[in-house]
Amino acid sequence: MPSRPAPRGGLVADRTPVIAGIGLSDLPVTPHLSAPGHHALAMKRALDDCGIAKADIDGFMTAGAYDEAVVTAEYLGIRPRFIGGAMTGGSSFELFTEQAMLAIEAGHAEAVLITYGSNLLSQSGRTLGTGDISSAPAKPGASGASPGPSGASPGASGASGASLDSGSPAAPAAPAEPTRPARPPRQKVVSGPAAFEAPFGNTLVGSYAMAATRHMHDFSTSPEQLAEIAVAVRAHAAMNPAAMHRDPITVEDVLASRMIAEPLHLLDCCLVTDGGGALVITTAERARDLRQPPAYLLGAASAMTHWNVSQMPDFTTTAAARCGPEAMARAGIRPSDVDVVQLYDSFTITVLLLLEDLGFCAKGEGGSFVTGGRIGPGGALPVNTDGGGLSACHPGMRGIFLLVEAVRQLRGQAGEAQVPDCQVAMACGSGGWLSCMGAVVLGAQHP
Amino acid sequence: MTSPPGSEPWGIRPLPWPDALSRPFFEAAAAGRLVLQRCTVCGEAVFYPRPYCTLCAGELEWTEASGSGTVYTFTVIHQNLSGAFSERVPYVVAMIELAEGVRMMGNLVECPPRSVRIGMPVRACFVEAADGIGIPLWRPA
Repeated sequence: MPSRPAPRGGLVADRTPVIAGIGLSDLPVTPHLSAPGHHALAMKRALDDCGIAKADIDGFMTAGAYDEAVVTAEYLGIRPRFIGGAMTGGSSFELFTEQAMLAIEAGHAEAVLITYGSNLLSQSGRTLGTGDISSAPAKPGASGASPGPSGASPGASGASGASLDSGSPAAPAAPAEPTRPARPPRQKVVSGPAAFEAPFGNTLVGSYAMAATRHMHDFSTSPEQLAEIAVAVRAHAAMNPAAMHRDPITVEDVLASRMIAEPLHLLDCCLVTDGGGALVITTAERARDLRQPPAYLLGAASAMTHWNVSQMPDFTTTAAARCGPEAMARAGIRPSDVDVVQLYDSFTITVLLLLEDLGFCAKGEGGSFVTGGRIGPGGALPVNTDGGGLSACHPGMRGIFLLVEAVRQLRGQAGEAQVPDCQVAMACGSGGWLSCMGAVVLGAQHP
Repeated sequence: MTSPPGSEPWGIRPLPWPDALSRPFFEAAAAGRLVLQRCTVCGEAVFYPRPYCTLCAGELEWTEASGSGTVYTFTVIHQNLSGAFSERVPYVVAMIELAEGVRMMGNLVECPPRSVRIGMPVRACFVEAADGIGIPLWRPA
């Protein structure tokens, strides 16, 4: 472990950073909550979870489609001395955790609150990812017509569900319907980098589909292998009472579901839901007096390769190949030490790429790695034990839910999906279009 | 202007709005030419248009591109609820790797989606989306 700086004032204190409190707002469908309402409810529950006083929060970090840190801090009534709001899409919350660790260790903050909240489903309906949710008038210089929810609203870029109706394949999935009143389509005008993508009608799903096509070409990965990931995550969702979809599915169900962007089917795509979450990060010393056993933050790292997908250097390798090993090295662990993994499952291909890039298997071997139930309940490496974004909850930027579930596992509070003797957990967020990655290693024991 | 035979009007698909940096690209495409920025210092080809070289921050100049490339990867879009594209499905969105080394997103035309393969040689053709604003599309070479 790196040596930790002594706190100001010369007091000897254990400034090892920990997640002391976690909270989820109501999910997955919450017409009664606004996006700020999700932030507030998740904060309240995280504070109650650990017993830290709201007045003791002196750091605040958030990101979202429309949730700037300064606006949200004021709304929540927080006057932070440490503030963060870098927008890296769905991996923002892993990045915040890394930055909060540094702030806690350095004494720049004593208790950092990280929140996320979104009413994406209730607000936008089910079109996200393959549709156009922007109602901005066409005008020169507007950048809002990039494919999917990108460009003008980069915050929604982690959102990807092709349709709400990705539940039981027994019930034929209805065509996605916009919830906004129909209006005659108008031509968008696009400038900047969007001018070199938006004219071609790519979608958010299409971006990930192009990664999948290339992976299949280079490594003979099959649609069946990708489907195994959706099946395993659904099996975990079946154990989560709060999951959106809990009925078991099979590989055949995934392959028989509607094609969205080849080779990705409807059931290869994550959901669109509402939801929010919160974390309280403080020192191990402070956590001794709190209500819950702390989850020790052993190591974290972030990296990005591009933002717009057309600039991705290698469509089969993400920045997790850089920050994953860095996070593990900082934590002093190897992939074989990890008991449970929470990965941003925007699509099945995302999970496959992250498993390879984090080093759980070699590049190109993800397809065989995920077969045979290895990542499902009771498998050698359970992945997304809360049911993930594929089946449980995906309000647009899923990164915070990965960390909440990792902490639940380390505390032994994961219910039916609890991994026995869970000592080391890993979370890896993916933001944008496989653009920005953030990896965090957490442990049940003090390092 | 080498429009694809039987090509349709651009319609309400998004229209690139050229700025000072990108205007040479779209004007050249309107004239049936593909141009790329190249670094005057290190020789790197750069796309999309930038003020300086993405590799070494050197000055860039516009150069003629070959217009030849191969399919690096692709997808067939089956659902796009945007009004500009909802009636066009299924259609191919591809990443084209140019002979010069850079990649561009684009549509493949004049070939059925089923026939598209990674590594397939393609050649640029152009459609004029608005007066003086050309867009490269790609057809089998």
